[in-house]
Amino acid sequence: MMNIAIATPEIFLLISICIILLIDLFLRDDQRLISYILVQISVLITAFLLISTLHTNKQLGLNAMYVQDELGGFLKISILVLTSTAFVYIRKYLNDKNLWKTEFFLLVLFAVLGMMIMASANHLLLVYLGLELLSLALYTLVAFSRDDSRATEAAMKYFILGAIASGMLLYGISMLYGLTMGQLELQAIAAYIDTQAILENIPLLFTLVFIVGGIAFKFGAVPLHMWVPDVYQGAPTATTLFLGSVPKIAAFAMLIRVLSESLGLAQSGWAQLLLVIGLLSVIIGNLLAIAQFNLKRMLAYSAIAQMGFVLLGTMTGTLEGYSAGLFYTLTYALTAVGGFAILILLSHQGLEAETLDDLKGLNERSPWYAFIMLLFLFSMAGIPPMVGFYAKFSVIQALLQGGYLWAAIILVLMSVIGAFYYLRTIKMMYFDKPELDFTLKTTTLDFKLVLSTNGLLILILGLLPSSLMSLCTNALVTSLP
Amino acid sequence: MISLSNYLVIGTLLFSISLAGMILNRKNVLILLMCIELMLLAVNMNFIAFSYYLGDLAGQVFVFFILTVAAAEAAIGLAILVLVFRNQRSINVQNLDSLKG
Repeated sequence: MMNIAIATPEIFLLISICIILLIDLFLRDDQRLISYILVQISVLITAFLLISTLHTNKQLGLNAMYVQDELGGFLKISILVLTSTAFVYIRKYLNDKNLWKTEFFLLVLFAVLGMMIMASANHLLLVYLGLELLSLALYTLVAFSRDDSRATEAAMKYFILGAIASGMLLYGISMLYGLTMGQLELQAIAAYIDTQAILENIPLLFTLVFIVGGIAFKFGAVPLHMWVPDVYQGAPTATTLFLGSVPKIAAFAMLIRVLSESLGLAQSGWAQLLLVIGLLSVIIGNLLAIAQFNLKRMLAYSAIAQMGFVLLGTMTGTLEGYSAGLFYTLTYALTAVGGFAILILLSHQGLEAETLDDLKGLNERSPWYAFIMLLFLFSMAGIPPMVGFYAKFSVIQALLQGGYLWAAIILVLMSVIGAFYYLRTIKMMYFDKPELDFTLKTTTLDFKLVLSTNGLLILILGLLPSSLMSLCTNALVTSLP
Repeated sequence: MISLSNYLVIGTLLFSISLAGMILNRKNVLILLMCIELMLLAVNMNFIAFSYYLGDLAGQVFVFFILTVAAAEAAIGLAILVLVFRNQRSINVQNLDSLKG
């Protein structure tokens, strides 16, 4: 049962990280572009290796610790494509700030490797190891500009809260290990719960609290959301861009793998927890975002609210709910990458664009980028025809089908309240005079091209959401039991 | 004969002590790091107790992994602590307050 071949993309990525690390040692400072290109190529090759595995049957390997299925492949390809997009933006930021170190890209790649492991783990040990690989890389990325005292403070807070969260998750796993008489494989746990009547057990609910807590931290959902605004604000914008988008997909993978694949029978237990967490996130996230004048902090609270939607969609435990959650996560990640890219565009040497004032009069400075930012903000607010509208719509539809009418009403109300601060930002871009009088730095062609595609994709996916939605549903149908 | 539940009680106690330590401690970041280690040790205690009483080795292997990851985590935590000290000249928890709102 070794079947190492199913981990080929991960192995390839790991080897290429090591090789690039070595090559980078021998490059002069003016040749760093070579390692950037190598990084991009290795990400794309890894994604290419995954495409060939997409339409195969579910396969287990590495002593049934690792699984290859359509859901894993789909999630991993989206993670890699988004990372490659993020690299284009990150490169501009690092160039502008004179922070260029190839280690930044390699740390991101290690985080990506951790996320890929999370996406196809079939064993609680691998879920944990993937999560830690992701988190450890993120802690260092937050502290990347080491002379910035806000960045190191954010890293310290993130590290402590993250370590507590993984401790909680581990405690839950250890209880689950005892409850299921020594099962750690996700499918074996599901089978054990199916045969033994432990569902009504109080210890199982106790365990669920810890496991859901660990997962909710990765989402940044409300009782464990304290780190989100601080880290988003303190970290260098390039880190925020990565941390605010791609790891959400990995968190969703963990949610599906652990809660629905292995603890699917205990759905009534974790649904209650996710319902409370999700509603609190949507309410608190939207209300606190109104009070923010720091753009990064505002986007952080907005992220908390958006993740509430994902949790509520998934909470229903139906196929519609899962695919609505997956669709929401993917489109939100795409929107967040673009939104932070606009911040990168506005910041320049010595100045980190992060307050709402920096956006004032963007339309006068660059009508095209103002339009792209308008698309992102409309999508986050859920205004049709952007993709965010369809994502919110499908979550609410899943909630109604599950019979959670009052939860759906709260979601709609909160979306209306949330629209206020997105529209306020748009008003500042279009109708206020610029406070600082500087022209935008010229951008390279790849940045312009990728950012424009990213923005238009939000619009196009909003007009034609059915193809992505059917991809999501298909991935889930073939992979879930 | 010490029963399984005794070990589980110790695990829970260690876990609670570490959580209480994090909440009560208002001074030193180092103590927070110690509490995090204690939390992982509580988990290890649980795993080893279950592993022994269930006669299943996987739990003990899991503990090895937790120990290794905890070492890596502590290294990164201390590195960040050094950076915080360099920038702020103190590792007081109360000084970590420039980000708020």
